[in-house]
Amino acid sequence: MLDSNKDSLKLEAMKRIVAMIARGKNASDLFPAVVKNVACKNIEVKKLVYVYLVRYAEEQQDLALLSISTFQRGLKDPNQLIRASALRVLSSIRVTIIVPIMMLAIKEAASDMSPYVRKTAAHAIPKLYSLDPEQKDQLIEVIEKLLADKTTLVAGSVVMAFEEVCPERIDLIHKNYRKLCNLLIDVEEWGQVVIINMLTRYARTQFLNPNINESLLEEGGSGEKTFYGSDDEEDEDEEEKEKKAETAAMAKRKPYVMDPDHRLLLRNTKPLLQSRNAAVVMAVAQLYFHLAPKAEVGVIAKALVRLLRSHSEVQYVVLQNVATMTIKRRGMFEPYLKSFYIRSTDPTQIKVLKLEVLTNLANETNISTILREFQTYIKSMDKDFVAATIQAIGRCATNIGEVRDTCLNGLVQLLSNRDELVVAESVVVIKKLLQMQPEKHSDIIKHMAKLTDNIQVPMARASILWLIGEYCEHVPKIAPDVLRKMAKSFTNEEDIVKLQIINLAAKLYLTNSKQTKLLTQYVLNLAKYDQNYDIRDRARFIRQLIVPTEKSGALSKYAKKLFLALKPAPVLESPFKDRDHFQLGSLSHLLNAKAGGYQELPDWPEAAPDPSVRNVEVKESVPEWTKCSSREKRKEKKVEKPFYSDSEGESGPTESADSESDSGSGSESASGSEVSASGSESEESEEGSESEEEEQKDKKKTKKELKKPVQESESEQSSEEEERKHARKSKISKSESESESDEEDESESESSESESEDSESEAEVKKKKKAAESKPPCKPVKKENKKEKKEISLLDLDDFDPTPSPQVTPVNSFLSSSLVTDLEGLSLSDSVLAPATMAPSSALKSYELLHRITGEGLQVEFCFSRQPFSPDANMVAVQMHFTNNASADAKSLHMEDVKLQSGMRVREFPEIELLPAGETATAVMGIDFCDSTQAANFQLCTQTRKFFVSIQPPVGELMRPVFLTENEFKKEQGQLMGMNEITEKLTLDATCRNEHTIVQRVTAAANLSRVPCGSDKECSPPVPPPDHPVYRFAGRTVTSGSLVLVTVVTREEGAAQLTVNCEKMVIGTMLVKDILLALTQ
Amino acid sequence: MIHSLFLINASGDIFLEKHWKSVVSRSVCDYFFEAQERATEPENVPPVIPTPHHYLISVLRHRIYFVAVIQSEVPPLFVIEFLHRVVDTFQDYFGVCTEAAIKDNVVVVYELLEEMLDNGFPLATESNILKELIKPPTILRTMVNTITGSTNVGEQLPTGQLSVVPWRRTGVKYTNNEAYFDVVEEIDAIIDKSGSTITAEIQGVIDACVKLTGMPDLTLSFMNPRLLDDVSFHPCVRFKRWEAERILSFIPPDGNFRLLSYHVSSQNLVAIPVYVKHNITFREGSSQGRFDLTLGPKQTMGKAVESVLVSSQLPRGVLNTNLNPSQGTYTFDPVTKLLTWDVGKINPQKLPSLKGTMSLQAGASKPDENPTINIQFKIQQMAISGLKVNRLDMYGEKYKPFKGIKYMTKAGKFQVRT
Repeated sequence: MLDSNKDSLKLEAMKRIVAMIARGKNASDLFPAVVKNVACKNIEVKKLVYVYLVRYAEEQQDLALLSISTFQRGLKDPNQLIRASALRVLSSIRVTIIVPIMMLAIKEAASDMSPYVRKTAAHAIPKLYSLDPEQKDQLIEVIEKLLADKTTLVAGSVVMAFEEVCPERIDLIHKNYRKLCNLLIDVEEWGQVVIINMLTRYARTQFLNPNINESLLEEGGSGEKTFYGSDDEEDEDEEEKEKKAETAAMAKRKPYVMDPDHRLLLRNTKPLLQSRNAAVVMAVAQLYFHLAPKAEVGVIAKALVRLLRSHSEVQYVVLQNVATMTIKRRGMFEPYLKSFYIRSTDPTQIKVLKLEVLTNLANETNISTILREFQTYIKSMDKDFVAATIQAIGRCATNIGEVRDTCLNGLVQLLSNRDELVVAESVVVIKKLLQMQPEKHSDIIKHMAKLTDNIQVPMARASILWLIGEYCEHVPKIAPDVLRKMAKSFTNEEDIVKLQIINLAAKLYLTNSKQTKLLTQYVLNLAKYDQNYDIRDRARFIRQLIVPTEKSGALSKYAKKLFLALKPAPVLESPFKDRDHFQLGSLSHLLNAKAGGYQELPDWPEAAPDPSVRNVEVKESVPEWTKCSSREKRKEKKVEKPFYSDSEGESGPTESADSESDSGSGSESASGSEVSASGSESEESEEGSESEEEEQKDKKKTKKELKKPVQESESEQSSEEEERKHARKSKISKSESESESDEEDESESESSESESEDSESEAEVKKKKKAAESKPPCKPVKKENKKEKKEISLLDLDDFDPTPSPQVTPVNSFLSSSLVTDLEGLSLSDSVLAPATMAPSSALKSYELLHRITGEGLQVEFCFSRQPFSPDANMVAVQMHFTNNASADAKSLHMEDVKLQSGMRVREFPEIELLPAGETATAVMGIDFCDSTQAANFQLCTQTRKFFVSIQPPVGELMRPVFLTENEFKKEQGQLMGMNEITEKLTLDATCRNEHTIVQRVTAAANLSRVPCGSDKECSPPVPPPDHPVYRFAGRTVTSGSLVLVTVVTREEGAAQLTVNCEKMVIGTMLVKDILLALTQ
Repeated sequence: MIHSLFLINASGDIFLEKHWKSVVSRSVCDYFFEAQERATEPENVPPVIPTPHHYLISVLRHRIYFVAVIQSEVPPLFVIEFLHRVVDTFQDYFGVCTEAAIKDNVVVVYELLEEMLDNGFPLATESNILKELIKPPTILRTMVNTITGSTNVGEQLPTGQLSVVPWRRTGVKYTNNEAYFDVVEEIDAIIDKSGSTITAEIQGVIDACVKLTGMPDLTLSFMNPRLLDDVSFHPCVRFKRWEAERILSFIPPDGNFRLLSYHVSSQNLVAIPVYVKHNITFREGSSQGRFDLTLGPKQTMGKAVESVLVSSQLPRGVLNTNLNPSQGTYTFDPVTKLLTWDVGKINPQKLPSLKGTMSLQAGASKPDENPTINIQFKIQQMAISGLKVNRLDMYGEKYKPFKGIKYMTKAGKFQVRT
């Protein structure tokens, strides 16, 4: 039929073929017959042929080439729509041979008169890129040109192309930023989503954090700041500086002035919250969440709640994001609490998410209503949901102390529920709650002991047994009885229950050996012949440990300590807790895992990059694609230039390509060079600003040295203040000149001049700031909290010297750990001894906790001593070094008012009673950071004064070294693949290419131990060392004991690959950054 | 962005596939089937499923799963919203969006999908533009086509996409110029056991059917715009004027569209138009349960409550029911345990009731959950929030259009807990 002359027959045939394709059947053998019809006049036939071609061209590349000339003719058609569709199909045919033709077509279309064709060109860019990534540089040129386009039609598509091809080239956006902001509302909805997401990232790199002041006032405790601040050490450092700069300025000036461009973005996106497209609303919401000042974020809540009326899939995604937001900004959604109430008709996954949100929103005031709601939910028919509700109640109970008893009582009542799942779930939750205050509730434990007869769910049985074992002292009579019953049914239990029975037996044996000796023996014997090796091992281990034999080693003495140690209560946390490091609304956030192609949301910059880069736009965009036809022509010519030279150099263009390029290249003129000139100019200015920054750094250094004299003289200080005022004035004048250049269309040279002036004045301002910042206030601080808080941020970390060589190698510390613990135990009891034990730590990085000026003579430094903290293995030991520089003695140094993130714990250092003037003292404290880099805030008190201080750990200090052999290492690494593995390529610094330095730098950055391996010269001298040695390091996180494995593979010329495997992805990512930094510096 | 699309019917067959980039094997759907198996209910399939190389994002509409295959990071709502738009378009074209309709019109579907996405990025999703590109099939047209052999692809390529008002096609002509607006409000409420309102809110939409010649510019103003708390607009509405004057000013698309959806501010107390008296009890030990339900109107401002439909999911232990409705008909499905009672119109003089007994599984203990009652109803000629349209003006065209406004109140998610 395809060969027929009649269109209707052809059409019928094509329809059948397309139907075959749609059903997934193979129609590729018809290819030659179909391709012939590509030139058919009938539009519908043509379209269907296109459909066919796009589907099968990849498989039959040679034959597909036959159709190319038709499209090339189409590209020249006077009708813009035909041009566009020709380009569309041409670029969709995935045949590598035609890459040059595609490139040519895209370039030509990018300067087409019709915006529709240009839009299609923008669409074609990612297609070509995916076909041949080699073309990237040329494509970026095209993108750059299209970004300058002024029509709304093109904007969305080109930003899409930008995101796919070169998301890292953020510098291309500068000039178009304001235009994009202004066009945004008129762009079609899909484009809006892409643009908003891109602008969020852009703004993160270009503007200052609007919440910086608030977070300072809150002691940096408001999650967000500390989180972002702690990404890596250097960053933290810079962040500190930034804070410092801010606060130094804040002392005199108005708190924070938002960049007008930042404001522009927020203002222009706000109306889009009213969009009917959920994706747009979500995009704006995440933009506000990530960029807006706290006070303004609230506006998004209403819009998000509205989305909850939409389809259930939309609800699902929105609720996930709301759940993350509620952790950070609970207040935002509190007024809409009732919108999250659950209906019995909701799908289970929606119910569970709503529950999550409700739990996050719970606080003292609304808890009673929420609990009442929960009560009705428990009666639901959906058992999964009931189980989730019970969990939620448990979390409310842990978070809000007032209702803990009510919740507990409620849960106990549930124990008599008829549904077994409900009972089981409540048992598990009750167990967690009881762990917090076991003394009060022995009757509940008794009640639960009775339940063992009825409950069959293994997890619940195990929980009960554990409880009884743990608190057997509270129920001395029942416990042996339970064990007796359990011993009877031992063989029929699940593994998890069996393990707990063994545990229970062991614990009872230790506390009440008279009654339970035989029972325990019996249970252990049963376990010995169990099928499960875990159980057999456990039984063997416990038998050795508790049953006294002549051989039993030193450990059995500590058996009681081992088994009945006080266990920390578990923390019931939201699963959404750490999700906010992903950009909200993204796929990665939804999955809580990095999706391919995800662009990290960058941290706020330490200082605003030069805002004038965005000014250039004015003159750049004046020659636009308007009606002015002469301009149009000039542009077209312009395009040819780069293309022509490229295509000649790269690949022999086909005949047709030649003929096309001829037409354009004839009239090449100076206009091309114009573009390049302006481009280089802007680059220059960028370079300028960079060098400026470098200069500033230099300045900073010199200032640092100057610091001391500055501190001494107050008169100088006041003069500096004057200077600062002056600087502010110059800033104002700067912004004036900016606006001028905005409004007037000045000639290029003029504006660039003013620009350079701008940047100069800017630089000046910065200098002043730096000067101001390096000058700590001399006057004694009044006892206003606010002020004090500002002061702390002045404590800067850049004072310490980057000590090059920590002498304590990790292996060393590992081996000597037992020794050290003993010594440390001593040092705790007697602080005089401490300096001696801590001697090696002087080589460690020390951080300033309290500057001597702020501390009125009292100077405190701290460092992570990297030795196990003996009173609690889950804590990181922090060694504090006090120096009294004042003339008077400091008395009774101690800490107070510890403010921590949930789950974190602190073991305070023993009070130092007297620190005479001029003397120094050392003390050790332990902090359990819960494997997060959240800061621990507390007050350092002397007899007379209190200082707010905070300790924030670099991620590398959150782990302790473990010793693994190479094989063990590889085995463990094999289990931590996939999402737990993060790999980065890097180029080693010239100074750190030998083994010694690499090991040293890695171990300095993180508390890890080297894994001895085959390539190690000491181990295997006969084997010639391979050319590319591999370095492996291992450690465990302090709190959860998750393995952290680091591999550095070196290659030629300092290239290297860094791999970190860690169960905790956050830790992993942060560690990668830290080590990267350590190795590349 | 969107790599491929698979349509899967309720029985798990892939009956349509479309690829926008290179071909993705349909075996990728196995992951979806796995997830489907794990989820007990069809609506419990997670919308986003990660697989080793792809991500599957699916929506369920009309018992068809629309599964999009994604390869890299993309906002999930972007895809979900697009898939819903696809379904809406199909519905618009074929009247219904069923497997049969899609199979019958597979070529049109393919052409539509081709136009809607280019390389996985949405190109034309506005129904007005699509209809110009590809004419929707009607019976008349199919007949004409088979006889004359002409096509249902637009002869001329559309220009709407290029115009400043991409949602409206050019050159519209009608003999009767008319514009109708329906103000439809829905009450979402949860009523607790004792009859007090736990949460109630009003959501409203204004659906429009505009058939006007040329390029009319309409403005619509309200008597009481303050009522509207949160609004979302069709892209045609000029946001600036709404912000400044609380007036809806727009160039309407041609045909049916949703002009506005809104939320009535929560400060206003919501009048609940019906009340329910219920008494559902199960006695311990006996295999009988009592069921007693009475409906009554409340705060309806004199309007009749119509098309009332009560449904309730009874506990699993209920074997059968023996109920006696005072009006309407009731059905009970012993398999799904779903009780529905089609009441019809509520007569305030004689309140409808449903009384009787439920037989329970012998020997089983009494169910500890009480069923929730879902109610649907309609009240004509009233917007429960009190929203009133003030006037509708037209500029830009000479003729005088016929204008009409209709109000209606419906139950949204209206639940009574017992």
